[in-house]
Amino acid sequence: MGFFSKLASSLKKTKDKIADTFSRVFSIDRIGEEFYDELLDALVSSDLSVNFAMEIVDELRETMIEGSVKDKDFVVQTLKDTLIEKCSDAGEFEVEYPTVIMMVGVNGVGKTTTIGKLANYYKQKGKTVTLCAADTFRAAASDQLTEWANRSDVRIIKHSEGADPSAVVFDAITSAKAKGTDVLIIDTAGRLHVKSNLMEELKKMSRVVEREYPEAQFLKLIVLDATTGQNASSQVETFDNAIGLDGVVLTKLDGTAKGGFVLSMLSENCVPVAYVGVGEKLGDLEEFNLEEFVDGLF
Amino acid sequence: MANVFSGLSEKLNHVFTKLTKRGTLTELEIKQAMREIRIALLEADVNLLVAKDFVNKVSEKALGQAVLKSLSPTQQVIKIVSEELTELMGSTNSKLLVSSELPTVIMMCGLQGAGKTTLSGKLALHLKKSGKKPLLCACDIYRPAAINQLKVVGSQAGVEVYEEGVKNPVTIAKNAVKYAKQYGFDTVIVDTAGRLHIDEELMQELIDISSEVKPTEILLTVDSMTGQDAVNVAKSFNEKLEITGCVLTKLDGDTRGGACLSVKAVTGKPIKFASVGEKLQDLEPFYPDRMAKRILGMGDVLSLIEKAQEVVTEEDARKLEKKMKENSFTLEDFLEQFEMVKKMGGVGDIMNMLPGMGMGKLKGVKVGEVDEKRIERQKAIICSMTKKERRDPSLLNYSRKNRIASGSGTTVQEINQLLKQFDQTKQLMKQFKGGKKRLPFM
Ligand SMILES: Nc1nc2c(ncn2[C@@H]2O[C@H](COP(=O)(O)OP(=O)(O)OP(=O)(O)O)[C@@H](O)[C@H]2O)c(=O)[nH]1
Ligand SMILES: [Mg+2]
Repeated sequence: MGFFSKLASSLKKTKDKIADTFSRVFSIDRIGEEFYDELLDALVSSDLSVNFAMEIVDELRETMIEGSVKDKDFVVQTLKDTLIEKCSDAGEFEVEYPTVIMMVGVNGVGKTTTIGKLANYYKQKGKTVTLCAADTFRAAASDQLTEWANRSDVRIIKHSEGADPSAVVFDAITSAKAKGTDVLIIDTAGRLHVKSNLMEELKKMSRVVEREYPEAQFLKLIVLDATTGQNASSQVETFDNAIGLDGVVLTKLDGTAKGGFVLSMLSENCVPVAYVGVGEKLGDLEEFNLEEFVDGLF
Repeated sequence: MANVFSGLSEKLNHVFTKLTKRGTLTELEIKQAMREIRIALLEADVNLLVAKDFVNKVSEKALGQAVLKSLSPTQQVIKIVSEELTELMGSTNSKLLVSSELPTVIMMCGLQGAGKTTLSGKLALHLKKSGKKPLLCACDIYRPAAINQLKVVGSQAGVEVYEEGVKNPVTIAKNAVKYAKQYGFDTVIVDTAGRLHIDEELMQELIDISSEVKPTEILLTVDSMTGQDAVNVAKSFNEKLEITGCVLTKLDGDTRGGACLSVKAVTGKPIKFASVGEKLQDLEPFYPDRMAKRILGMGDVLSLIEKAQEVVTEEDARKLEKKMKENSFTLEDFLEQFEMVKKMGGVGDIMNMLPGMGMGKLKGVKVGEVDEKRIERQKAIICSMTKKERRDPSLLNYSRKNRIASGSGTTVQEINQLLKQFDQTKQLMKQFKGGKKRLPFM
């Protein structure tokens, strides 16, 4: 399947609506305050963070000469280029084996599903994969992960519900080391970032990995739901402060939401976007491509 | 999103600084104020078109209004805005409709990950507590282990779960209703799989379930962190299913929750409940006025008051009330308040509800942890003051502050922060004075 192909088609569905929003922008033929106000609104309507959208608008203000909007394509292209420039410092997401990937995020964003897809993704690349069911809190969470492990036929380490998640992580590492697993993926319980005790628990799990498996690369990925709005930045900041993030996974891009907030993540937090989720099936995972993503927004 | 609350107030203050004693709000001022409000609403995730509509309505109201003596123009505008917001969100209405022919069927629907299954359990518990006999019905046959999840949730709530494994959900729902009739359950809560509003096939499935079991309530579950897309989702679900109401989930986070305004605006249906935690009892009625304040970033003072009332004794309260009336609230009392905050549980929770302290300000700070630490430091500061200083902080000049800083192992800056916070609290108290309302921390 082509790069971002499914994403492209799903973004097209909303293209009409966006075109509509932007048509308001371009119905104003003089570049002035009103134009920039409309532009700001249009950007925010893709869920770009308001601060970031303001920054973009300010930057555009410097680039553009006051006067008439003669060439709409020119304005759009300048806008796209500005966005891409601001976001390209985040760097690439790279994996070195053996690696431990810990999936974190608020409730219901798609952590477990993404892990299921990633298991398949790495297996297809010829890597060995082990899953670790460290969500011992939510009802039937480990049953859910087990089902995904079965789908890609990979190993899973789990304890009973209510067990200490750090203990599951410990066991999974021991097992992964013994078997020489290339990729160990840890599922964690969804938690709202404002709950400090739950964030502490995450730090503890993170320390177990660092202590027990220093020779492996340790990647902490936050999963963000594309339907989320401005709260996404708060999520990233808080999780990043707690455990230090290495990447973002943006899920549910097969809906009508665009997840524009990842752009400020790339620019402000310099956290790269690793993967995007475009459905509920095993193969519905793609690598992130900034240019195509930005293209899809307009 | 930094400094959301003070953000809006400050920005509005800035707009109105030029306001002389002309007596009415001028068009230009209103226009500038409305721009700030529009941006505040966008920051709160209110849909762009909904926000624009709203701002137009408000500016009509505000234009030409006499400036009230008792309120600053900023306060006045915020007042209009929050009244309008409250009105738009409708009245408190958390009653679930009951069918004349039992059992009453409640169908849950929404996007993936919105929180339907947990919510089904919460509703079941809520109904059980109010003397009903609910039955949960597992119709999410797609997500791995979803049925198991509902079974666990059901057993936690002490409510029976009807399931047939992976079969046609329409049949399962139909059989659940039959089963309920047979065994005397008065309510059936149908948990359905999360789905995208643009997934024709799965939306049709919901329509089929609905026409089979004729639910009295069709509740759309909306994640309170949803952004601009909330309108599309709500619109589609409502058009296809004619929902009867919404439930907001995950409101225990720091989201401003503007999505609920969008949902209300496009569906016109009441928001019946707010879900505020992972435990099954964490379900509350929806309070439009509090939500309005939250959207504006003005802190959920009212909720705080209620919460505080539960934990702090009447006696504590009366003592403090007396102090307030005598206007003798001092830093010593402030110190006592810190202890009460502790009693009330997580500082993070409380802070988020206070104006100027929620969200933005605490962003980047590890809420609970650092604030507990900060409170310890603040206690140290007050303890290093003389008795006189504690009663009259205006004594604190630079050299006294320096002394206190070295005595408490803090900095002058921290002392200033504390004093500012103390002032704000006093201000807040003044607002509550006279009214029947209780103070935060009381
Ligand atoms: N349409 C769509 N649905 C998704 C995607 N990713 C996950 N989902 C669905 O979102 C719902 C929640 O996914 P989970 O993987 O259980 O989310 P989670 O973050 O593990 O949830 P908790 O562990 O409960 O916090 C499920 O119904 C998934 O099928 C995606 O990319 N697109
Ligand atoms: Mg999960």
